[in-house]
Amino acid sequence: MKRDSTHRNATGGGISAALKSVALENADGSLISARGLVKTFGQLRAVDGIDFSVGKGEAFGLLGPNGAGKSTAMRMVASVSKRTGGELSILGMDPSLRGPDIRAHLGVVPQEDNLDLEISVRENLVVYGRYFGLPFSYLRPKAEELIDFAQLREKAREKVDNLSGGMKRRLTIARALVNEPDILLLDEPTTGLDPQARHVLWDRLFRLKEAGVTLVITTHYMDEAEQLCDRLVVMDRGHIMAEGTPASLIREHSSREVVELRFGSGRNEGTAAAISAAGLLGEGDRVEVLPDRLLVYTQEGEATLARVVASGQRPITSLVRRSSLEDVFLRLTGRSLVE
Amino acid sequence: MRAEREDAGTAAEGGPAGERPQPIGGAAAELRAGGAARAARGAAEILGPRRSARSLLYGVWYVTEHQLVIMRSYFTTILMGSVLNPVMYLFAIGVGIGAFVNSNAGGRGPGGVPYIVFVGPALLASSALTVAFEESAFPVMAGFKWQKVFFAMNATPVTGGQIATGMLLAMGLRVAFTVAAFWAFLAAFGAAPAAWSFLAVPAALLGGLSFGALIVAFASGVEDDEGWFTIVQRLIIAPMFLFSGTFFPLESLPLGLQWIGWISPLWHATQLGRVATYGLHEAPALVAAHILYLGALQAAGLFVSFRNFDRRLSK
Repeated sequence: MKRDSTHRNATGGGISAALKSVALENADGSLISARGLVKTFGQLRAVDGIDFSVGKGEAFGLLGPNGAGKSTAMRMVASVSKRTGGELSILGMDPSLRGPDIRAHLGVVPQEDNLDLEISVRENLVVYGRYFGLPFSYLRPKAEELIDFAQLREKAREKVDNLSGGMKRRLTIARALVNEPDILLLDEPTTGLDPQARHVLWDRLFRLKEAGVTLVITTHYMDEAEQLCDRLVVMDRGHIMAEGTPASLIREHSSREVVELRFGSGRNEGTAAAISAAGLLGEGDRVEVLPDRLLVYTQEGEATLARVVASGQRPITSLVRRSSLEDVFLRLTGRSLVE
Repeated sequence: MRAEREDAGTAAEGGPAGERPQPIGGAAAELRAGGAARAARGAAEILGPRRSARSLLYGVWYVTEHQLVIMRSYFTTILMGSVLNPVMYLFAIGVGIGAFVNSNAGGRGPGGVPYIVFVGPALLASSALTVAFEESAFPVMAGFKWQKVFFAMNATPVTGGQIATGMLLAMGLRVAFTVAAFWAFLAAFGAAPAAWSFLAVPAALLGGLSFGALIVAFASGVEDDEGWFTIVQRLIIAPMFLFSGTFFPLESLPLGLQWIGWISPLWHATQLGRVATYGLHEAPALVAAHILYLGALQAAGLFVSFRNFDRRLSK
């Protein structure tokens, strides 16, 4: 209180000074900071000592397969799930002590839509805004604005039960924006949607990102992570395996290009050995054997494919592509992201 | 603090545009400014420096308000139930069975009053407990399991305890509506002769809140619905309805069965209702005991509910 008024006098401003005096960031300037964060359920260590931090305006991703601990980490950041160990600071506050204070500044899109199916699209937005203590005079125009943002104008009066999966997802995202949050948390935002609905959603999220909203996204889709995230961590079995921008992760952990070769079941293993033995690979290239295909990691995909074919190997299908985060994950864990 | 608030108000509303404070959620506000319709002030500006303050004060009410919005969507069925239910029971049991009972007892039923007067307050209390069950068991199950709306509520500053209390309050309003309608029918049937008979409404409401709190506690503890509610209906609600002095005085049961009435919230609520509607002679200490017992059940139900809600929401 004393500090507040001193501060106010010093800057000579009314509410702006009062607002600024509440430092809404961690000591290191980040919005979210986790150190050695742990969450256990009985014997299971769902999140096993992870470190990460998210800065203002950043789009941060947690990439990993199902069961990697992404959603558990997300629920701790959402300041509902209590951590078992480690440190977590969000907007300068400890979620174990000041959950409601932190949650007032968050927008949360959970993995499963938990909309109220019995009431309309518009009612869902207004009712949810009330929980933040917002008055109807604010919520009525806000709901209209969010209905436009979610492209649900024709469905505004419809019961949510009658909406398609993609529409429900957009409504859940719109609902998370009703309190104009400082951080938007999105847990698997496009899982279970058809390709078209995913692209509509990505477009909406990209607009938020452009507007400077801080985003935290969990996903097991590498294309989603590549499109939306400025920076990400790769998670597996409760641990962080690597961290960086999508481009730097690919540069560090994979080759420039990948040749995918299919020789038919049962022949992949032997062919891989033959390719390596015949010296068809360039410096630093390597072969990965999957149950259904071979992946040749190489700098020059077309040239490598040409050498393989020239050596007499006849793949049933072949494909040359650029390396992706999927390859990074495979390299780091020996497993693929979507199983 | 007060001065600062007022100061803040002037700065926000009357101050020149250049001095207007930037909302904390500035980025989101920019997005807002791009929309077709727009709120005059941003969320951060409205909520002030401590953004959770209003939710901490009024969170319970926001939960109740949400339930009322849901109830509005099926108000017609609520209204039909509230009208048809009392008419049906009062005709069948009060008038129909009543004629038979009264003719065998020289025009007087148990307790020296016409049977409909005796059974009326019991039917009133029963309707309170039935509605309390319906409006507690299923919404709580839906909140945790089916639609998972409680997790959405809890993603805002609202806490588990506020959600549990708000659900109970909404249930109470629904019960109050039902028993008020029922009481009006009692009066219309001439089954509530005492001047203070409307006090049967808060008595039945108290019974409904106690039973509802127990059901909220139970429903919030059920992680998988393996037909538990059917068991509750068959093994708890049905015997309670039959053995709580509803259709005949509890004293006419053998002592070995009377305990069902003593522990049943329905019996306590019914006895209070009888005191109100026809002046049943009950010792003041016993009246106090009825009220205290119902209050204690409600407190116990709420206590367990708080713990269950917090445990399940903070997993």
